[in-house]
Amino acid sequence: MTVLLEVSNLHTEFHARAGLVRAVDGVSLKVSRGECLGVVGESGSGKSVTFSSVMGLVRSPGQVTQGAIFFDGRNLRDLSREEMRAIRGRDIAMTMQDALTALNPALTVGEQLAEVLEAHDETLPTGRTARRTAIRDRSVEMLGLVGIPSPEARLRQYPHEFSGGMRQRIMIAIALACRPKLLIADEPTTALDVTIQAQVLELISDIRARLGMAVVLITHDLGVVAEHCDRVMVMYAGQVVEEGPTDQVIGAPCHPYTRGLLASIPRPALRGQPLTPIMGQVPDLVGLPPQCRFHSRCPLAQPQCLVEVPMRDAGPGRRSRCLRLEEMA
Amino acid sequence: MTDAALAPTSAPAADSLFRRNLREFRRNRLAVASALVVLLFVVMAVAAPLIAPQDPNATDLFRRLQPPAWIEGGDWAFPLGCDGLGRDILSRIIYGARISIFIGIAVILLATGVGILAGLAAGYFRGWVDVVIGRIVDILLGFPYLIFAIGLMAMMGPGLVNIVLALAYKEWVIPCRVVRGETLAVRELEYVEAARALGAGPRHIMWREILPNILSPVIVVSTIRMANVIILEASLSFLGLGVQPPTASWGSMVSDGRAFILESWWVSTFPGLAILLLVLAINVASQGLRDAFDPRFSE
Repeated sequence: MTVLLEVSNLHTEFHARAGLVRAVDGVSLKVSRGECLGVVGESGSGKSVTFSSVMGLVRSPGQVTQGAIFFDGRNLRDLSREEMRAIRGRDIAMTMQDALTALNPALTVGEQLAEVLEAHDETLPTGRTARRTAIRDRSVEMLGLVGIPSPEARLRQYPHEFSGGMRQRIMIAIALACRPKLLIADEPTTALDVTIQAQVLELISDIRARLGMAVVLITHDLGVVAEHCDRVMVMYAGQVVEEGPTDQVIGAPCHPYTRGLLASIPRPALRGQPLTPIMGQVPDLVGLPPQCRFHSRCPLAQPQCLVEVPMRDAGPGRRSRCLRLEEMA
Repeated sequence: MTDAALAPTSAPAADSLFRRNLREFRRNRLAVASALVVLLFVVMAVAAPLIAPQDPNATDLFRRLQPPAWIEGGDWAFPLGCDGLGRDILSRIIYGARISIFIGIAVILLATGVGILAGLAAGYFRGWVDVVIGRIVDILLGFPYLIFAIGLMAMMGPGLVNIVLALAYKEWVIPCRVVRGETLAVRELEYVEAARALGAGPRHIMWREILPNILSPVIVVSTIRMANVIILEASLSFLGLGVQPPTASWGSMVSDGRAFILESWWVSTFPGLAILLLVLAINVASQGLRDAFDPRFSE
């Protein structure tokens, strides 16, 4: 599989009143064509900011200060605003966390779909009526694809006339309207009921297989990752702490943070036993010393952990940011 | 076939927020009645030549200060009496509605247009654009409205277009501030970010994502302000800086009657009542609009 997105040594900083916040601190990652990468981490770990940086959507006081973002052979950081705008929506699409507020309440669903197609789809005919019919057909097709019943009638409706799950589907339909090569789904299920969550994730997996696009699934739910992702990347306090094929990372985590995450998930096999939470809090990202960021919460922490820890190979296709990863196996 | 069976036979009819708000407005009877009164004034203004019993500018010195029809010496051909030059007051009120309503609408349209552009730019781009527009707004707000308008009229000279300009020069500040504030709030919303993630540029975001979502408060504020503009026009006309004679304007009619207010009260009173009625109706109707359109006031 060829590499579609390659991010190396990305740094994104926010100039907050309290000081400089390194929200993304040296993140590197790769996404191959057609692959599904899961990005896991708790709130504030930098997973959303990483991909906002990729999209060029970080706004002041935030700023990408270092690193390269290669997409399809081009460094996105070198592109002009117009070139970047053309890539967004056409080549890389992103769905937002909250489906209930991510659709414009003043426009019908059909209008919102049409606008994306109008902006990006170069295959549309130029004649006015032909164009309108083509846009309409594509919109109906997209709504059908995400499983909205009677799409023709639904196109004329406003977002508030849809349920939460439907709105998430519509957002996915809008994101997929131009057949992007990469879909970044930022917590696509957090605002939804459990039953709807499963449907939406099934839908994303299904469409990925059919359209052959790559998907980045940002979530804090390891269960979601286990079911839908080829590879997983775990983030903590602005850094990647572990990455590798999903089954291996979940089956045998080689970073104490991943292990802690897994231990805090309720499982039927462990019924009756207390869950093991990760003690403590995510460190304040202002003025972090160059040392392992997890050590204050880590059960394996030792005095020698108070140094800058690099990513290390931990088996084929696996990497971990832990000094004691050999002892974890 | 199962798919067809599961699908609802007809999706519910499209129902925009705007239409729901309108329905809410219709439930408020007082507001609807006021809106009808406003409409009546508009019809009166448009159809003035058809309705007016007399030529509004025809003088007749034999009818000088003739009282209203129901008072001794009155004549039903001149129902509300005549002014100091023997002109029919009712006809002049009917024609005067044209001036008041035209200026009210023209000033509000102009001011709202400019206000929307300036407010969107300030709220969306922020930075120095916001600072420059914000300072201009602050400076204009520092001037008393009427004195500012009087100054401008003195500089530009009287005339219909000049009144509109003199009032709009300052009036745009109001919608501008509303639009700026709403834009600041809406630009941070998820759907604006979503549009940006789909490759939308600033122009698209301002016109399609932000503007339609802030239009309701702008409409409400504009209608409320229209009443104010009509009073200001009447004030300018009263001071002789408005539309020039012999064109009938309510403000100048009130002014004309000043000299005879004790013995011939009707010359000033009826145009004054016309101003009162129209302004009151606009105010009540716009309150109703606000109640219906502003989510903070709806139950």
